[in-house]
Amino acid sequence: MTEQAIKLKVKDLNFYYGNFLALKKVNLDIPAGKVTAFIGPSGCGKSTLLRTFNRMFELYPGMRAEGEILLDNQNILTKSVDVNMLRASVGMVFQKPTPFPMSIYDNITFGVKLYENLSRSEMDDRVEWALRKAALWNEVKDKLKQSGNSLSGGQQQRLCIARGVATRPEVLLLDEPTSALDPISTAHIEELIHELKQDYTIAIVTHNMQQAARVSDYTAYMYLGELMEFGATDDIFTAPRRKETEDYITGKFG
Amino acid sequence: MMTTTLTARSSNTDRTMSAHPSKYSRNNAIYARRRFVNGFNMTASLLAMGFGLFWLAWILYTLLAHGLAGMNVDVFTRITPPPGSEGGLINAIAGSLKMTFFGTLLGTPIGILAGVYLAEFGERGWLAPATRFINDILLSAPSIVIGLFIYEMYVVTMGHFSGWAGALALSLLVIPVVVRTTESMLRLVPNSLREAAIALGAPQWKVTMYVTLRSAKAGVITGILLAVARISGETAPLLFTALNNQFWSGMNQPMANLPIVIFQFAMSPYEDWHALAWAGALLITLSVLTLNIIARWLGRQKTQSH
Repeated sequence: MTEQAIKLKVKDLNFYYGNFLALKKVNLDIPAGKVTAFIGPSGCGKSTLLRTFNRMFELYPGMRAEGEILLDNQNILTKSVDVNMLRASVGMVFQKPTPFPMSIYDNITFGVKLYENLSRSEMDDRVEWALRKAALWNEVKDKLKQSGNSLSGGQQQRLCIARGVATRPEVLLLDEPTSALDPISTAHIEELIHELKQDYTIAIVTHNMQQAARVSDYTAYMYLGELMEFGATDDIFTAPRRKETEDYITGKFG
Repeated sequence: MMTTTLTARSSNTDRTMSAHPSKYSRNNAIYARRRFVNGFNMTASLLAMGFGLFWLAWILYTLLAHGLAGMNVDVFTRITPPPGSEGGLINAIAGSLKMTFFGTLLGTPIGILAGVYLAEFGERGWLAPATRFINDILLSAPSIVIGLFIYEMYVVTMGHFSGWAGALALSLLVIPVVVRTTESMLRLVPNSLREAAIALGAPQWKVTMYVTLRSAKAGVITGILLAVARISGETAPLLFTALNNQFWSGMNQPMANLPIVIFQFAMSPYEDWHALAWAGALLITLSVLTLNIIARWLGRQKTQSH
């Protein structure tokens, strides 16, 4: 993986919830244009790590990150990086579908309008493009004016993914995007991840080991705030270097 | 296994019960005691409910009987009469509507903004908890205190009673209700929705305006309606702010209003004034009832959409 272009480089990252050290000296290279999965038992810091990539943690008092996170060789943890601009280029999709209380169309344009001034027809094109990317266009093209809440759970989650790609970020963070969905919707979204990785660098947190094996190119196993093992997904799942990783993957632990 | 035995048994319960005490007969002492306690408490609650409803029903019955008797076209077309002559309540109805309208108009924006601050921006620091505490005091403050305050601050300064003074006093009653409901409705909005908007790079004010406040819209409107319902029957804050008026008047003069006309007419010795007082009381009750029904209906819409 040395020949890979690195999109996100995590260097000696420590993360604190108050006095509690939640991430311990994490070092990690996330390659560009690939899917990197984060697995590990609950509370191991996967989501915490993901939420440092767009500085989501800054919303809450008492949380701080030490170390460096280089996005295209620029440290995003420094104050000189505008947090809103950062979030515009590092999109995020959450565990529960969170459609905004507005029409399907407006759900997509909300993020786009924040940073781009598009004409009506350009915006229509962008909405269609994003919804096609999220494999939702055919289902909603006749009801773009309807509320996003009227969609089913799986459709809502794909709407959120469409919303996330509509702003054309470079990195897409997926925090357990399918844990609230049924198997069919999950399959839809996994296909989608395959599609999306041609244009985006994707980091996904998942509790589902099979999902990690199916969708990712690289896998990181975390435990108690430490990055235990990181490598190509095939290697991690067939020949883990550490006993702990093997125990977790085979279900002996966790 | 378990379920099949149970269904099989229950299908012939009647026969087994009469033949010999089965496993399911009620002869367990602890269970019998529990049944007794349950029955006792159930009866006590029913009696308490009946007691409360009895008085309420009586009040409503009296109100309806007298109110309907006093209701006629004159009530809505003619102004308050001197004793012994014909008249209605139209100036009092209009005065109440105007003051309630302006009171709500003044109080609502302040209430919503303060509620938004408390729910969305007041996480850190001492200002929000202090504001919340003071708001709670204001919420339960006797309304006559509010009236007295406006009397001192506005009526004394201006040198006369007026509709504006009444509207100001009412707006001070609107604010705490709206602050409280807005804050609690915004707190019901799941944090994940805020995070989702913030994750797109939206600044906080946009998140609040377009996402959070919008998804709490029905709840916030419910709060406003409840505030209107509350002030539309208030008498004390109008006593020495709007005072009363026998005639039509502008907002800058003492203004007739239903609660005080009811008070004045009901205390009088004249029969026709009594009838008008009842009619006014019925009007207020019906409008508050309507407002409450709309508020409830809106509240239900809200819970269904989520």
